[in-house]
Amino acid sequence: MTPVLAIAASELRIALRNRWVAISVAMMAIFALVLTAAGSGPSGTLGVDRLSVTVASLTSLAVYLVPLIALLMSFDAVAGEVERGTLALALTYPGARATILAGKFAAHLAILALAVAVGYGLAALTALAGDARAAAGLAALWRLYWSSLLLGATFLGVGYAVSAWARRPGAAAGMVIGVWLLAVVLYDLGLLAAVVADNGGAFTRHVFPWLLMGNPADAFRLFNLAASGATAAAAGVAGAAGFVPAWQALGLMLVWPLGAFALAILAFRKITP
Amino acid sequence: MQSLTLSRVTKSFGATAALRDVAFAVAPGERVALLGHNGAGKSTLMKIVLGLIAADAGEITVLGAAPGSAAARAGTAYLPENVAFHPALTGQEQIRHYLRLRGQDPAHALPLLARVGLAEAARRRIGTYSKGMRQRVGLAQALIGRPRLLVLDEPTSGLDPVSRREFWTILDGLAQDGAAILLSSHALTEVEARTDRIVILSQGAMVANDTLAALRRRAALPTQLQITARPGAADAVAEALAGRRFNGVRVDLVCTPEDKLARLGQIAALGAMVEDVDLIPPSLDDIYRHFSSEAAQ
Repeated sequence: MTPVLAIAASELRIALRNRWVAISVAMMAIFALVLTAAGSGPSGTLGVDRLSVTVASLTSLAVYLVPLIALLMSFDAVAGEVERGTLALALTYPGARATILAGKFAAHLAILALAVAVGYGLAALTALAGDARAAAGLAALWRLYWSSLLLGATFLGVGYAVSAWARRPGAAAGMVIGVWLLAVVLYDLGLLAAVVADNGGAFTRHVFPWLLMGNPADAFRLFNLAASGATAAAAGVAGAAGFVPAWQALGLMLVWPLGAFALAILAFRKITP
Repeated sequence: MQSLTLSRVTKSFGATAALRDVAFAVAPGERVALLGHNGAGKSTLMKIVLGLIAADAGEITVLGAAPGSAAARAGTAYLPENVAFHPALTGQEQIRHYLRLRGQDPAHALPLLARVGLAEAARRRIGTYSKGMRQRVGLAQALIGRPRLLVLDEPTSGLDPVSRREFWTILDGLAQDGAAILLSSHALTEVEARTDRIVILSQGAMVANDTLAALRRRAALPTQLQITARPGAADAVAEALAGRRFNGVRVDLVCTPEDKLARLGQIAALGAMVEDVDLIPPSLDDIYRHFSSEAAQ
């Protein structure tokens, strides 16, 4: 068994005992079910199958919930070890520092994959049960699934970087909530205000799409909207989806997790136990 | 080849000098005790040896490699001061984890825990362990994979007397197998009997590095003689030896190491007036105080 797997196995066990697995799965399941129930009314009149509508709702849900779960799981990763005094010993074992982060990452991503699978799976089952044509939306759901994991992976990396930088779990917890508010809520609000003020001018057409891609949460939204034209009408940033080709958004979705993890390793290397 | 060599190792934190020109070596099979007050630089020195922090100057080789290198880490075991583990894992899970990190069979976890007397508690979470039990988990992980250098920071703190004795027995076995051991301790009396050499740090500087016997000679601290006189003869004994009467029957004498035999001869010459003699050599605590205060002046 390689060191990464050994660390991942211990982290999974800790997450199970700390109820993090249960909390993540329950959060995703409850929100997915509530959304499906709320979104089931108007589907017949739009002429779109029920699962595709569900996917559009789930995209909006995932943008908020997946980063939140990822940050909550990751903020303690380095700061917690510093505070408990377990880091010095861990660093004297063979293996690079990146190995420790990679092990934690593998465990946290697996928990996220499970939680998102349960949430989306429940939503899909509900949609399939109520609409015979819903199978048409399965491709969009699958795309949403793996892109959600890429989004989660990005915020896991960001969480580790914040954790290493903050050094204390309390400070790290506050900072990840700040990161979440900024990246997922305030960033979009700011852009929305700018677009409204610009009223269709040069900013909206040339700068705005790039600013959207400068935020992993928006890149995720753009990718899922651009890839499925059917759901574009349902979302606020749909206008931008036309400016940014899906492959560019996908490229960004792949680059963001790598960049975030590299940032985490850089921050972790600076720690002296 | 030495297992660990340090030469001219210097480290400061800001304006504070943590270590100044420290140089010593530890050979395979040798047990070296690192003594010093809190803040003398013991933990800093250990962290430099482990590659956790970098020295500002000086050369260090650990098992022939640079500190913190893959080769050095593969052969070195560390027991930190107040060792801690994740409270949600059991002792067995934690040791299995460390075995895997060292590329060893995780099935060795139970025998290792049994060796440090934790077989019964192996399946309980570490969160429920006492400090002494955590310390024993720490010792168990330090035994993984027959390390060639052990760095132990206050290894016996929190252990009860029985556990301490078991701990030193395990350590003796490791040293016999050729492991080099560098440990720090506040329990000077137990270090006295169980280590081969003593390094004393004072305010970051090394003030002594020798065997206990040689340090005793160098310090030339007085030996104490406690003479028990026959009832009623205490005053006469004190007068004859120019000593100090301590109570009804006891007379105390203090003499230099060179005078010791001559003094004993005088005492023997008093014949029937003396019932018994106890000879108290300077303790490690005395020697430690001597070298620490000598450095401070």
